[in-house]
Amino acid sequence: MNGAQDLGGMMGFGPVAIEADEPWFHAVWERRAFGITLAIGATGAWNLDMSRHARESMHPAAYLTSSYYEIWPKGVEKLVVQTGLVSEEELQVRHALTPPAPVRRVLTVDAVATALARGGPTERPAEQPARFAVGDRVVTRNMNPAGHTRLPRYARAKRGVIERVHGVFVFPDTNAHDWGESPQWLYTVRFSGPELWGAEADPTLVVSIDAWESYLEPDADASA
Amino acid sequence: MDRHRHDHDSSELSDIELRVRALESILVEKDYIDPAAVDALVETYETKVGPRNGAKVWTDPAYREWLLRDATAAIAALGFTGRQGEHMVAVENTPAEHNLVVCTLCSCYPWPVLGLPPVWYKSAPYRSRAVIDPRGVLAEFGVTLPTTARIRVWDSTAEVRYLVVPMRPAGTEGWSEEALAGLVTRDSMIGTGLALQPEAARA
Repeated sequence: MNGAQDLGGMMGFGPVAIEADEPWFHAVWERRAFGITLAIGATGAWNLDMSRHARESMHPAAYLTSSYYEIWPKGVEKLVVQTGLVSEEELQVRHALTPPAPVRRVLTVDAVATALARGGPTERPAEQPARFAVGDRVVTRNMNPAGHTRLPRYARAKRGVIERVHGVFVFPDTNAHDWGESPQWLYTVRFSGPELWGAEADPTLVVSIDAWESYLEPDADASA
Repeated sequence: MDRHRHDHDSSELSDIELRVRALESILVEKDYIDPAAVDALVETYETKVGPRNGAKVWTDPAYREWLLRDATAAIAALGFTGRQGEHMVAVENTPAEHNLVVCTLCSCYPWPVLGLPPVWYKSAPYRSRAVIDPRGVLAEFGVTLPTTARIRVWDSTAEVRYLVVPMRPAGTEGWSEEALAGLVTRDSMIGTGLALQPEAARA
């Protein structure tokens, strides 16, 4: 979706605020927000793409005025309601009113290290050959889905070159809506600065994105 | 947005503090989360994870070749694996090309090797400008590159996590791997910094 999370190329946010010797967390609530988000995610009630979509479908004004550790619990609030784990009313009164819904698992303290070490690999076995090879010229699709996508606006309908072929990975555009993993080949596609930003762009700039196969078409106009 | 704003018993607490506290108590009351597991998750990232700096890539040509070919395996061999580092790619700076990593869509970052990302990495100024004005961003970090050098920006839009291999500074011939590792900063592995100069390390 064309939400506030899709920041590449926007202007007006000012300089980068660099903090020397920055702590991992700036407040107790940030610690809890981080830990709660990971712990409730471990129940398996939603996947990584669903949590990204919950965050990015916040109102743009709210997204842009929230710190990252504010965005996480706000996303969790949406997800627990959507999945029926918690009701809106419970969030309002700030305590449980009904018995819990069943969850697949609860992360216990002794399982934390193993769960973090395992992570959540998203590579899947290839069931068909890759459509593109390194060096192929491609064009990204012009698409504006209302749902989740990982094709940023600045890189739509742009000519690029396949730089890496990563393998087959879970497709976020379907997985974020619980429509299945629908794994696809994933590529690094590089673009020149002027292709993305116009003739005035820095000619020494090259930008790449990682793009799933269905984001790409062969560049019919490319000379062989 | 306003549903948590009225709590006269906790007027000292901000809206977000109240929301996070309420969320935790509901999830604990319903037995969806174990507060001890929440503690353990936080402590893990405060005390046990990153940033890891190494210099094996500068002293061991076989390791360098392995890291650039299969970073996931080469980094796992040093003991760094897991969440947000499942699929790693290392990219090497050269005099002709400087690499910079960003996630314009969220905050993707290689947790097992660098720890949790700094606030600036997740913030709008960095995410918006890294892909359109990387030289301007680098200047804010005190980095000025030759105008002839190519700037190669990696926007991590998928689950691949990128790690920059900075250039080894001149004047470090014969240094031990351990001493060299002292020159490798977190920012130099994101691409917003360079490896420290030998004088900085001795200072």
